[in-house]
Amino acid sequence: MAAEQLRKERIDRGIKVRTEGIYALMSWRELLYLIGPRFLLIAGMLLLPLLMPGMYWQRVVSIVCIYALLALSFDFLAHFVGLVSLGGAFFVGTGGYLAAILNTSFGLPPILTVFLATLLGAALCTVLLLPCLPMRGVYFAIVSLMYPLLLARLIEAMNILGGTDGIMGVDSFPNRWIEQYLLIAVVLIFLFGARRLVNTDLGLVLRGIKDNDQAIRASAMNITHYKALAVFIASIMGCLSGACLVHIYMWSGVSQFALDFSILPIAATVIGGSSTLVGPVLGCLILVPISELLRDFGTLRIVSYSLILVGFIVFRSEGLMVYGQRKYHQFERWTRI
Amino acid sequence: MNVEILIYGTINSVSLALYALGFAMVYGVSRLPNFAHGALFVLAGFIAWTLLNSLGLNYMLSALLSIIATAAIGVMIYRFVLIRVRGMEISEIIASYALGLAILEGLRWSGLKGMTYTLPVFMEGSLQIGAVAVDYQRLLVVAAGSALVAFLYFFTHYTRIGLALRGMAQDERAAMMLGIDSDAMAMAAMALGSTLAALAAIFLLPLGNIVVEAGYNVLILAIAVCIVGGLGSWAGAVLAAFLIGFAQILTEVYLGAHYQMVVALLAIILTLVVRPSGLFGRQKELEERV
Amino acid sequence: MNTTPLLQVEGITKTFGGITAVNGVSFTVNDGEILGIIGPNGSGKTTVVNCITGFVKPTSGKVYFRGKDITGKPAHKIADIGITRTFQVMRPYYSLPAYKNLLIPLFSPRARRTGGWRGGGRLGDRARVGIDILEEIGFERDSYVPYKMTSILPTGYLKRLEIARCLALRPEIIICDEVFSGLSMSEIASMVPLIERLQMDGITIVMIEHRLRELFRVANRVLVLNFGQVLMEGNPDEVMADPSVRDAYFGSRRVEEIMEHA
Repeated sequence: MAAEQLRKERIDRGIKVRTEGIYALMSWRELLYLIGPRFLLIAGMLLLPLLMPGMYWQRVVSIVCIYALLALSFDFLAHFVGLVSLGGAFFVGTGGYLAAILNTSFGLPPILTVFLATLLGAALCTVLLLPCLPMRGVYFAIVSLMYPLLLARLIEAMNILGGTDGIMGVDSFPNRWIEQYLLIAVVLIFLFGARRLVNTDLGLVLRGIKDNDQAIRASAMNITHYKALAVFIASIMGCLSGACLVHIYMWSGVSQFALDFSILPIAATVIGGSSTLVGPVLGCLILVPISELLRDFGTLRIVSYSLILVGFIVFRSEGLMVYGQRKYHQFERWTRI
Repeated sequence: MNVEILIYGTINSVSLALYALGFAMVYGVSRLPNFAHGALFVLAGFIAWTLLNSLGLNYMLSALLSIIATAAIGVMIYRFVLIRVRGMEISEIIASYALGLAILEGLRWSGLKGMTYTLPVFMEGSLQIGAVAVDYQRLLVVAAGSALVAFLYFFTHYTRIGLALRGMAQDERAAMMLGIDSDAMAMAAMALGSTLAALAAIFLLPLGNIVVEAGYNVLILAIAVCIVGGLGSWAGAVLAAFLIGFAQILTEVYLGAHYQMVVALLAIILTLVVRPSGLFGRQKELEERV
Repeated sequence: MNTTPLLQVEGITKTFGGITAVNGVSFTVNDGEILGIIGPNGSGKTTVVNCITGFVKPTSGKVYFRGKDITGKPAHKIADIGITRTFQVMRPYYSLPAYKNLLIPLFSPRARRTGGWRGGGRLGDRARVGIDILEEIGFERDSYVPYKMTSILPTGYLKRLEIARCLALRPEIIICDEVFSGLSMSEIASMVPLIERLQMDGITIVMIEHRLRELFRVANRVLVLNFGQVLMEGNPDEVMADPSVRDAYFGSRRVEEIMEHA
């Protein structure tokens, strides 16, 4: 009496299973399966500056990398440690202002300022975020949301650090090729670095904090300590992007605490595929050029990102890379029940 | 000087309580952190202004319609967006925050800038209290605010719907077993919360202009009051409003006018470090500390 | 001979809002023994364990470990001292191979100090140590069980995995929270020798259990809780014979009489 019912089944492809272990090195085909996508990504990103028609678009490539770092830090914190950072702008502003100060007041060259601003900025951000780490994730979201808003107001109100005008006269990178390739290299390093990190034992502990913090505490490890470590790593990425940004624009101002830097990385992560770490980078490659094209529309950009974000969250869409990975690694078929 | 501090401190504190009521209500009942609260505040003001100026409606009517419209929008936000992410706290925050952002920046894009957007005060003129002249509007704020807090207390302790809301707040599953529909209650809470946001807008926006920045400020202040007071506690929220309110006025008098937000943020950090459950937080400390 | 008891619990009281879950519970745990804690549902057994192990702060009372006051210390510090516990509701990493679940406790400072179970003070390769531990507690290495996905392992293995998680820390005490529950008779029968072996290796074991018959086979002493208070304490035979214990579990005899004549 029952009609024949079909059910969709997803099975890992044979080649995926074969490449799980050391046997991946056994044949060219399997090697290619593993290396192909990664090679494509690296080659694609390295070729990008060469393909860009003109200085304007080359600048866009640099900006993509800035946002990509922020999106990476968001994805890392949110999906591997369970801390949702609603204020990427906090890192950008901190790194940016520190780099600007080191450059204009202390005369250090961009290479040094970027390095120092990243480390100092990350330390500063971690310390400031420390109080909310022992709490539930909600508090981290709230506090991370508020810091950029607050710091922007403080700077304007107390008229320190250049006030509303900002700090001018920051050196730029020696030439635009260095600017772009430095940033691309940094993004690739942190991307692959993060992917490696989450599979190490430390990465397991961090993921444990997200999924099962009781077990971590029962295993004699201090959660706050590891959360702080994760925040430090994420801050490094964020402050680095901020420090580079001021050298690109040769200026540091309150706008670095702007909403753009907080909301676009989140939208990029959700569109690109959260928890894949590649997805956020991809999302930035898509969103940032669109954002540049929409520059004339003012804050409508933010409205669009927000709405897209809401759409994705509400409809629980997978995100591009998640979809892509699924298609690449698995095939579907209908089976009879 | 002291009388001035006392008066303005009280006015500021009641204002803070008004800002916080809507947020506290929604979170207290359905554990929903409605980060679009500030946006609803500004939106209510904007709707009232539009009705008043573009359609030429009478002020009372504009205010009333604006309140109804905001409540409806709040319910729709729940019905179409938040209901799908119910239970996942982080997603609730991101979704409501993004919506609030869309509303606020959308208003900004469509021209809500500058000094021209104001709501009229209910009564012109002022009253002399000692050496201080206090406008009627500000007195109205204190009166209305106190009345509202009292009314809400009465409502949640003595009426059926109010008790149902409190039941939900205490134990959602138990309330559901008693036949109280969780989603309907959440929508009621959102309606109530949005109404409170709109009421706050109607009373407080006439004291200044309608600006998009207010949206972010109100959200921060509301959250500060709720965290310091302890999420889920009436008395705590009121006390926190007064603590932060007076702290803000004192810093304004002795340090300058720009540090109000700093006070709010410091209050949050201090609370999280010293006593995470807030002043009278009813939630067990275990829940707050992971 | 060390006369200080290993663990001393004095007057632990815990109230949650209006409910007193634990009311003035005191007992000691001696070095090397197996102590059973029993009591009807809601008698506060797990809350007592939570208070001892730092997952909950007791409202009043004290806990001493080898004479040192450890009351109210955070959970990870107490585990670091050597007091480990299992969880009633297990949450292993289902998407990882079994042995990877042990990489986390082996990452802890305590494991690094002590070398983990069977370590001589130096922690070797974590993966290898993890697999050794699993093999010792019954995951057959030749069937590659330690490498299998946790999601396909039956409950018996998962319960052992919980104990393995404690072993990775080279514990002084393991507090087992209902480790027999959900197991078949034969699975329990194979768990009992494991518990006895651990005792012979010098670990003190506290077991909260509902499966009384199986518990009484292993336990040296039994503590009975009811309504958050200690009802009685003694060896298994004494506890089994005690009428107040029976009343606590099954209700008073008057109820039985009434039911008979109803």
